Amino acid sequence: MSATRVVVTGLGLTTPVGGDVASTWSALLAGKSGIGPLTEDWADTVPSRVIGRAAVDPSEVLPRVRCRRTDRYEQFALIAAAEAWADAGLEGKAAEAGIDPDRFGVAVSSGIGGILTTLTQYDIFKEKGWQRVSPFTVPMLMPNGAAGWISMEYDARAGAHSTVSACSSGAEGIGYAIDMIRSGRADIAIAGGSEAAIHPLNLAAFASMRALSTTRNDEPERASRPFDKGRDGFVLGEGAGIVVLESEEHARARGARVYAEAAGVGYASDAHDIALPHPEGRGAASAMSHALRHADASAEEIVHVNAHATSTPAGDAVETKAIRATLGDSVADRVVVTATKSMTGHLLGGAGALESIVTVLSLRDGVVPRTINLDDLDDEVVTDIVRDEPRRLPDGPIAAINNSFGFGGADVALVFRRA
Amino acid sequence: MAMSEQEILTGLGEIVEEIAGVPASQVSPEKTFVDDLDIDSLSMVEIAVAAQDKFGVEIPDDELKNLKTVADVVAYVQKQS
Repeated sequence: MSATRVVVTGLGLTTPVGGDVASTWSALLAGKSGIGPLTEDWADTVPSRVIGRAAVDPSEVLPRVRCRRTDRYEQFALIAAAEAWADAGLEGKAAEAGIDPDRFGVAVSSGIGGILTTLTQYDIFKEKGWQRVSPFTVPMLMPNGAAGWISMEYDARAGAHSTVSACSSGAEGIGYAIDMIRSGRADIAIAGGSEAAIHPLNLAAFASMRALSTTRNDEPERASRPFDKGRDGFVLGEGAGIVVLESEEHARARGARVYAEAAGVGYASDAHDIALPHPEGRGAASAMSHALRHADASAEEIVHVNAHATSTPAGDAVETKAIRATLGDSVADRVVVTATKSMTGHLLGGAGALESIVTVLSLRDGVVPRTINLDDLDDEVVTDIVRDEPRRLPDGPIAAINNSFGFGGADVALVFRRA
Repeated sequence: MAMSEQEILTGLGEIVEEIAGVPASQVSPEKTFVDDLDIDSLSMVEIAVAAQDKFGVEIPDDELKNLKTVADVVAYVQKQS
């Protein structure tokens, strides 16, 4: 018995390089950085003063009252969900769009949740007392708030889930939705991740764990440099990526355009260190192996890996070793690897979803964006990294992996296959 | 200093527009908050707190649940102020 095939039929993005999918994709193909200087009045209080602000502020897109009762991370998720829903050829709530609400799920997460709300409302509480704390505080700060709002917006009743796993949360959301459809719980799902964490406390906390780039505050566009010898930490970004997934049967029945097959997901946990990756990439390799098996894919099918590669000294090179260990030398010698974060910075819980969408578009268009700022390749990197210019992918049936890893030792790999 | 019904109605309309996005012109005395103006429970709490600030009257939770229509709130505020 063959497993239900799950396909990607809608894409939505709001990122530091563009307010939607088209602008983000063209910026990435052009090698444009979305990283700029941190200009807030508190910038001098933190050592990392480079940031990936969303290219389009949610207040320019959503009605004022909606913004009042949603956290910024929920706003990004709602914006990307609206784009993905429309992109899938759907309009209005489920029933109006011909979708059975009881067979329609949501799996959208954030790594941190509505931390801007948490911190802002705590300030209000201290200054003015409990009665002035917004009654929307809890729905704004909870990490499943975005999933809840999306389920209400489109009337999805098969479950609204949030798969919190730090920087792999968005990828895990997509993986969870694949499983929802494959296990027969749903025919269609909205899935992905979102993050809005640009606040001095977060920058202080990530800096305190020595995770952020601090040495290129005067040249922000050059600060995020995965796989480069001179990398010194990640650059915090914000935004969301959301996809519409469906069973192939459901998509065909309604005549939906198919971008790619969401062929499989693999999970592992490093069980090693709360922040550092396993030195041999043990969990990363396991996750990729599980994903290949779940996708019923051979290593030979894989032509491309969209790497997690955050630009931290600890992570990037190890990931390439895990890729080589998983795919074997003959495939690893030709597989094409890139790091989207070189241009967008790290969207934390949004990253895995953004990069899944980039992977899907790479398969569709047969082109992989380059990794910018790669001036001096780290000697420990053992795969071919796309630099200088975008790389063509072969014609025909091919597949790609998107890796996402998170603090806590979370490892998530997704396999996408060209439709 | 007592406020007129019209002053309270105007002030309440501003609050409802700010918090729930319902145009102030629709906030007329006979309207119910939940069914007519489509205001959810959390927004109602926010409106009550804003009304307390604006009109300088306490609206305890026990009273709030009895204030179904715009006219109810106007009458309550006028009585208390």
